[in-house]
Amino acid sequence: MPVPTFGLGLRKPHYGDFLEATKPVAVDFVEVISENFMVAGGRPRQILREVRERHPIALHGVSMSIGSADGVDRDYLARLRALADEIDPLFVSDHLCWTRIGGFNSHDLLPLPYTEEALNVVCANIAIAQEVLGRPMLVENPSSYVAFADAPMTEWQFLDAMCTRTGCRLLLDVNNIHVSAANHGFDPLDYLAGIPADRVAQIHLAGHSQGRDLLIDTHDKPVPPVVWALYERAVALVGPVATMIERDDDVPPLGDLLEELDIARAIARLETRRAA
Amino acid sequence: MSLLELQRDFRDWLAEASEAAAERLGEPARAGLAVYQNNYRASLLACLSDTFERVRLWLGDDRFLTIAAAHIDVTPPHGWTLDAYAQGFPETLRLLFVDEPVVAELGWLDLALSEAFVAPDADPVNPQSLGTIDWDNAVLRLSPTLATTPFATNAGAIWSALAAGGLRPSSEPLAQPVTMIVWRKDLVSCFRTAAPGEAKAVELARCGDSFGRICAGLIEELGEERGIGAAGTILGRWISDGLIVDLA
Repeated sequence: MPVPTFGLGLRKPHYGDFLEATKPVAVDFVEVISENFMVAGGRPRQILREVRERHPIALHGVSMSIGSADGVDRDYLARLRALADEIDPLFVSDHLCWTRIGGFNSHDLLPLPYTEEALNVVCANIAIAQEVLGRPMLVENPSSYVAFADAPMTEWQFLDAMCTRTGCRLLLDVNNIHVSAANHGFDPLDYLAGIPADRVAQIHLAGHSQGRDLLIDTHDKPVPPVVWALYERAVALVGPVATMIERDDDVPPLGDLLEELDIARAIARLETRRAA
Repeated sequence: MSLLELQRDFRDWLAEASEAAAERLGEPARAGLAVYQNNYRASLLACLSDTFERVRLWLGDDRFLTIAAAHIDVTPPHGWTLDAYAQGFPETLRLLFVDEPVVAELGWLDLALSEAFVAPDADPVNPQSLGTIDWDNAVLRLSPTLATTPFATNAGAIWSALAAGGLRPSSEPLAQPVTMIVWRKDLVSCFRTAAPGEAKAVELARCGDSFGRICAGLIEELGEERGIGAAGTILGRWISDGLIVDLA
């Protein structure tokens, strides 16, 4: 049985921890936001090269826009390919969403209607991306705040069809399942049961906030108990895969995140034993 | 509604708060649309606030936020990276603060320093390798991180004071406009005022003129004695600042 690995999202407040410690930080990999390093040069690229000497790196993007009706941006893909060629990432991932249309870039992960038309668009765009990148992609389930009532598919049905048609794999964000389930009134266990478990290659864990009407995927709090509980179910289902804590705001000291990662390790160990 | 139509409506809602677009997206979507619009504007505002930190300090938070919000109202983002959204803001500052040119100059400096930070890498020439150079015919390639612009105020001194957190000087027009130079040395963005004739020298070097022709240009601009002196000063400064990245 494969051994699960555990990582953290690398964020600015922790650069010093990762680069100046005499011993490498106790993680199996780090994940970076691809766009922050798709720059021409300077300190960001140098930091990435130095971190790469100590840890495997996963590239996680927010601007590929695989759901854009007017296609993917090939210049963007070429930049991403160049970065991937330099650091040889564990994974290259982005989100099931769209960010850009007609030259307008929202810089947000906008929702898709789960229709056959959208599936065709997403699959065509993933195929182009995978061809340019020269590797299979991981696609993450998003948090969403709008659902399209006339869409014939659930998100998990859409993900299943997308993986079948493109050969891509899934980055399963457990917090996003909880947030979207709360916002749109579906059962997160139905979601887990419906995804293609054998296609899950990575798991994200994060916290969220209660907005006025909806749960918001803020990544500014520790992983809450309800997400840990769902993670237990997810690990039981998909088996040992790379798991990481994603924290983007109110970033705590590194030690706090390593403690959270130990919780993930303990849950995964328990579920792996149960499965054995 | 096709996917393209849906995405155009979403764009119109985000960028223009179009009520017609929101109605087409459906009443049940209202609460979620508000979240997306808040996210959209917050991320653009954060980009401007982070990039133009000294402009924000100079204007104060309330004034800066009002201007940034007005800029966001009329300037949708187009770049693949959020960082590119900062590029249009100095022009907005120039148009809004015609009588306070220091604001746009602070904006230019904030942006240029930010862009120099991630500009392409190019190692400076090693000063010890320059002993045998035929300077008359040498063509100097300058750092790809280099940016220049004319300044009419003491914005450079104000920027430094704001960055140091000390007392900020009042804005003053300069007796003579100067050229501000921004570049990255090692991994740190820097700026300074150009020496006499240096703006001309940069312009000639960027055109691929030899150092001999740069000297001639400086003599033409400053006279023989000052021009020759300036050429030596500028060359020494470029070498020590790491601004020369290749010699041909």
